[in-house]
Amino acid sequence: MSVWFILPGNGWDDRKDFKLGLDLKGGSHLVYSIDLSKKDPSQSDADVIAGVKQKIERRVNAYGVTEPIVQTITNERGSFVLIQLPGVTDVDQAIKLIGQTAELDFRELVVDASGKPVLDADGKEQWTIAKAKGSDGQERELTGKYLKPNAQVVLEPQTNKPEVAFEWNSEGATLFEQITQRNLQKPLGIFLDNQLISAPTVQSVIKDKGVITGLNLQEANTLAIQLNSGSLDVPLTIVERRDIGATLGEDSLKKSLEAGIIGAAMVVIFMIAYYRFSGLMACLALVVYVALNLAIFKLIPVVLTLPGIAGFLVSVGMGVDGNVLVAERLKEELRRGRTLGAAIEEGFRQSWSAILDANVTVFIACAVLYWLGNTFGNFLVLGFATTLFIGTALSMFTQVVVTRTFLRTVVGLGMAKSPAAYGVTK
Amino acid sequence: MIDLVGKRNWFFLISAIVIIPGIISLAVFGLKPGVDFSSGTAMTVHFDKAVELSQVRQELTNLGYDQAIVQPAGGNDFFIRLPEMSTDQTTQLKDKLQTGLDTTLSISSLYTVSPIVAAGTVRNTVIAVVVAAVGILLYISWAFRKMPKPIRWGTCAIIALIHDLIVVIAVFSILGWVANVEVDALFVTGVLAVVGVSVNNIVVVFDRIRENMKRGVSRDFEVVANYGIVESLGRSLNTGLATLFVIVALYILGGQTTRTLVLALLIGIATGIYSSLCIAGQLLVVWEKGLVKRKKEAPSLAQG
Repeated sequence: MSVWFILPGNGWDDRKDFKLGLDLKGGSHLVYSIDLSKKDPSQSDADVIAGVKQKIERRVNAYGVTEPIVQTITNERGSFVLIQLPGVTDVDQAIKLIGQTAELDFRELVVDASGKPVLDADGKEQWTIAKAKGSDGQERELTGKYLKPNAQVVLEPQTNKPEVAFEWNSEGATLFEQITQRNLQKPLGIFLDNQLISAPTVQSVIKDKGVITGLNLQEANTLAIQLNSGSLDVPLTIVERRDIGATLGEDSLKKSLEAGIIGAAMVVIFMIAYYRFSGLMACLALVVYVALNLAIFKLIPVVLTLPGIAGFLVSVGMGVDGNVLVAERLKEELRRGRTLGAAIEEGFRQSWSAILDANVTVFIACAVLYWLGNTFGNFLVLGFATTLFIGTALSMFTQVVVTRTFLRTVVGLGMAKSPAAYGVTK
Repeated sequence: MIDLVGKRNWFFLISAIVIIPGIISLAVFGLKPGVDFSSGTAMTVHFDKAVELSQVRQELTNLGYDQAIVQPAGGNDFFIRLPEMSTDQTTQLKDKLQTGLDTTLSISSLYTVSPIVAAGTVRNTVIAVVVAAVGILLYISWAFRKMPKPIRWGTCAIIALIHDLIVVIAVFSILGWVANVEVDALFVTGVLAVVGVSVNNIVVVFDRIRENMKRGVSRDFEVVANYGIVESLGRSLNTGLATLFVIVALYILGGQTTRTLVLALLIGIATGIYSSLCIAGQLLVVWEKGLVKRKKEAPSLAQG
C-alpha cells in the first residue's frame, strides 16, 4: 500500500492546506437576527432573506475578508444570518459596515409660504424626502436605490477631505435633475438611515452625479461599500457574537498539536509494551489511520476547530479499541492452542460484531451532536461531531482491513512465529 | 482469578459515596449555566501590565457592573462574565477599564449571546438529549435482543449508564460553586460523547458474560459473570487507558476553549471504565440473586 500520496503535504508542519476554523485562526463569528416584521409587505420573506444575504456578501467581500462565510438560518425563532470573518481585527468597524441598513435619501427643507424654513419645537429645521416625476410620470422618492454601484471615495483636491462620489442611473438622473432645478441656491439634505450627513447648497442643476461630504475617511469607505452593496430592506440586530484574537487562535492550535503528539506517543509506547508484536502492527495500522484521516480532512474539506481536534484525538484513542479487541482475541485463540494463521482469522471473526456494535452508540451521539451544532450554527459542536464521526468510521475500516492485512502478510512471510510475540505468556 | 463480582457491595458503596453528595449538590446548587444557555457576555481580556484581580473587580464595580464575575486566567489575563453587552457597551467598557487601570487592554476573546439565541440553544439541547436517549434505548434493546432476559440486561446497562452521567454532571455541579465552572454547549457535547463510549464498554462486557453462559463455564451465574468481567478486564482497561492518555494530554496541554468538553470526557470515560467492570455486571448478579449472597442456588439465567 502506498502511503506517500495521502500523507499531508511535505511534513507535519505544513498545514497550509487544512481548513482551520475561526477558533484556530482568529476572527469573528456574528449572528444577526433579520427583523422581517419591518419588511415591505409586497416582498416575500424568502426574497428579503436572500436580498440580505446577497448584500452582506457584497459588503464582506468589498471589506476584503478572505474566505468569509455568510449563511442564513430560518427556524421557529425567526430568521438569522450567520457571518464568519476570519482574520478580522477591527470587529467593531466590520459590525458597523455589515449590520447597518444604510438607506440613503435626499431631502428638501420644509418651508412656509414666505419661503422661510419651518422649525419644530426644538428650533430644528424640518426635512421631507425629495420627490419628482419619474420617466413614466409617476412620483418617486429620491433614494439610494437609483445609484449605480460604482460609488467611490475621493479626496477633495483643495481641502484634501474625503468625499464619496456617486453616479445616478437614468431614472435617478431624471429625478435628480428636477430636484436640483427647483432647489437652486437652497440646501439639499443627504440622509443616511434618517441621520443628516450633510446639507450642501445646490449651485447648479445636476443630472447624473454628485458627492457626499462631511465624513471622515473610515466613514467614507464604509459608506461607499454600503452604497455599492445596496441598502438592507430590513433592520438587523446582533444576537450572537464570538471574537477570537489571532494570537489566541495560534496559541490554541500549537497547544492542541502538542497535546495530540504527546498523547499519541503514549498510546504507541503502551500498545507496544503490552501487546508486543501485534501492538506494533496495531500502531502501524494507526499511522495509516491517522494519514487517512488527515487526507479526508483535506479532501472534504473538514473545517478544523479545537473541539474538532479533540474529537479526532479521542477517535485515535478509541481507534486503538478495535485493535485491542482483536489482539486480546488473538492471544486467547493462541492460548487455546490454535495455529497463528487460524488464530488471526478467528480473532478477527470473533471481534467484528463487537467492533461494529460498540461503535453504533458513538454514531448515534455524533448524529445528534451534528444536528445540534448545525441548527444554531455552533461551529465548535459541529467540529467535534464531524471529526469524531469520520474518525470512528475510519477506525473500523483500518481495524478490519489494514491490521488484518498486516498480520496476514507477516504470517505469510513467516515472521514473528512465537506466541510470545503476541503477548502470550505460559 | 480476581473476584470482582464478590466485592460488588464495596463497589456499590464507592459509587454511593461519590453519587450521593453529587446529587445533593445538584439539588441544592444545580449547574451554573454558561453564556450559551443563559445569555450574556463572556470575555478574556489581556492587560499590558500586571494588574491585581481585586483592582479589576473594584474597577468593574465602580463602572456599575457589580454583577460581573472576574476570574484570573493566567498572566495578566482575566476572564470577565457580564450580562449581555452591545457592541457600543463593550467598546465603552474597554475604554473605561483602560483609563481606570491606566494600562492598555486587548480583548483576546469575546462571546456574546442574546436571550433569543440562548433560549433556542436550551430547547435544541433538550431535543438532542431526548433523541440521543431514545436512540441509545433502541440500540440497547436491539443489541441485547439475543440475551436471555433482554429487559433485565438492558435495564442494568441503562442504570450503569445513568451512574456515569450522574458522576459527570455532579462533578460539574460541585465545580460550579467551588470554582465558578459553567456548563456550555461543549459540556453537553462531552456528555453525549460519554454516553456513546459508556454504552460501548458495557456492551463489550455483557457480550462476554453471555458468551460464557453459552459455553457453560459454571452453573453459578455469579461465577459466570465474574468470568466474563475478568476476561474483559484487559480490553476495557487498555482501551480506556489509551483514550485517557490522549484526553489527559489534551486537558493538561490543550487550550481553555475546550476545557469543559475535555473535562467531561475525562471524568465520563474514567467513570465508564469503572462502571462497566465494577457496576454493570454486578447489577445483573444482584438482580439474579438478591443483595445478600445465598449459596448454591440454581442459576436460572444460565438455562435461558
